[in-house]
Amino acid sequence: MLTLDGVSAAYGLSPVLSGIEMRIEAGEAVALLGRNGVGKTTLLRTIIGLHAAGGGKIAFDDKPITAWPAFRRAQLGIGYVPQGRGIFAQMTVDENLAMGSSAHGARVKAAPKTFEKIYELFPTLGRLRARKGGVLSGGEQQQLALGRALVGEPRLLLLDEPCEGIQPSIVQEIEAVLLRVRKELGVALIVVEQHLDFAWSIAQRYYVMQRGTVVASGSTAADDQASIHSLLSV
Amino acid sequence: MSESTLVLGQLFNGISVASILLLAALGLALSFGLMRVINMAHGEMVMVGGYLSYMSIQAFGQGPGFFVGLVVAFICTALFGALMEATLIRRLYGRPLDTLLATWGVSLILQQAARSIFGPTGVEVTAPAWLSGSLALGGTALTGFAVPAVRLFIIVLAALVLGGMTLILSKTKLGLLVRAVHQNRAMAEALGANTRLVDLAVFSLGTGIAGLAGAALALMAPVTPTVGQSYIVYAFLVVIVGGLGSLTGTLFAALLVGIFSAVTQIFTSVSVADVLLLVSVIVFLQFRPRGIVFARSRALEET
Repeated sequence: MLTLDGVSAAYGLSPVLSGIEMRIEAGEAVALLGRNGVGKTTLLRTIIGLHAAGGGKIAFDDKPITAWPAFRRAQLGIGYVPQGRGIFAQMTVDENLAMGSSAHGARVKAAPKTFEKIYELFPTLGRLRARKGGVLSGGEQQQLALGRALVGEPRLLLLDEPCEGIQPSIVQEIEAVLLRVRKELGVALIVVEQHLDFAWSIAQRYYVMQRGTVVASGSTAADDQASIHSLLSV
Repeated sequence: MSESTLVLGQLFNGISVASILLLAALGLALSFGLMRVINMAHGEMVMVGGYLSYMSIQAFGQGPGFFVGLVVAFICTALFGALMEATLIRRLYGRPLDTLLATWGVSLILQQAARSIFGPTGVEVTAPAWLSGSLALGGTALTGFAVPAVRLFIIVLAALVLGGMTLILSKTKLGLLVRAVHQNRAMAEALGANTRLVDLAVFSLGTGIAGLAGAALALMAPVTPTVGQSYIVYAFLVVIVGGLGSLTGTLFAALLVGIFSAVTQIFTSVSVADVLLLVSVIVFLQFRPRGIVFARSRALEET
């Protein structure tokens, strides 16, 4: 579904990613692991199109999207939940969700119907519909960011540290939703994650990055968490 | 004329000048707030709107020509704005200084074009008959105080435009997109919003409103090739004092600037009033550098 072929990227003259090879199948969940600053966030930004690839090819559904602007990639079916959540602070919860329907492009559907589905997934949000996004707590914002991406009905969802700075009870809720989203809606996931337990519980496969390149990959069912510890510890 | 009617008259003049400033500044506030683009040719949109109003009245006669002029001024300057955005502004995205220079070039070209076509002295637009009178208020304290219908019309026009803009921003899909792009451009784009189209629409709407301002302004003052220049400085002041990209802020700032200069002109000359205005704006910005209204939020990525 998504293939990355020798993808590289840089900030100005300093290279951040080089020779990334990756292949994600429809409906599978993949964890992207690595220490801080190895380029995981940049890789997600390069996939959604907020950061330009310096070289290599990105294809989604066999369409070459390397040079596409981000909004066209979103309309093709890639959803994005960034680090820091990217909530529109001055807009209500409903309006934030309505922005998610931009991914439908010209074929905007009756959005409120999709909203009900989101409010069913995240009952907390349903009670906050008219509140401004900026006054929500971190966990509520994370749920909103996830719900907003789902309104666009993506087939691939990019999640950048979905559990960062969130209380444990909501982490469990998000974990449950992610499992449902993958199993019931068949959405493929790429999750950047620091916590191996979380990664192992939702992902079938993993990639480990070091200094801008993939150094290890494997299956979470076959490999022990301990086997990659050395690649992650400082 | 008594003291109080003089003050009232100036206050009213101030509000009508504020209306013109508001119309001229709305487009600037939107496009600067949204795209961080400073359009030096924005004042020339006011000028072009004025000449379009003049030509419509020449072509269609005074009654209908005036209304045709308003519509034509809006549509033509909006189209011109769209053309400018697509051919110039978009290609210089993220290079504010180059944008400044390029749009200044457009402004010079338009001024010279107006000079070549209409001559340097300026043309007069006479208001249609129903706008040429004034409404006298025959109250006891206000005897002798008359409101010129033209100025009243401009105030109503500005109020209608402001109301319309508020409705568009709060109720329509375009408004939703504009607010989202304003708050977080990258996120809006990552969600599938065509930000280039939003930029185009906002820029063109802004220049269209400036053209409308010009058509209205033509009723009060002769249209000259440089008429835009005399309003654009105040329009920029309004945008900065109001706070970037905020309609409420722009409204209050326009009223402040308009009434301030009108009222100070009671006591001093026009040029001293200008100096006082600039000094007050500088002092004001020391205390509120981001203007009257600015966004506060709890978002993590706010810098």
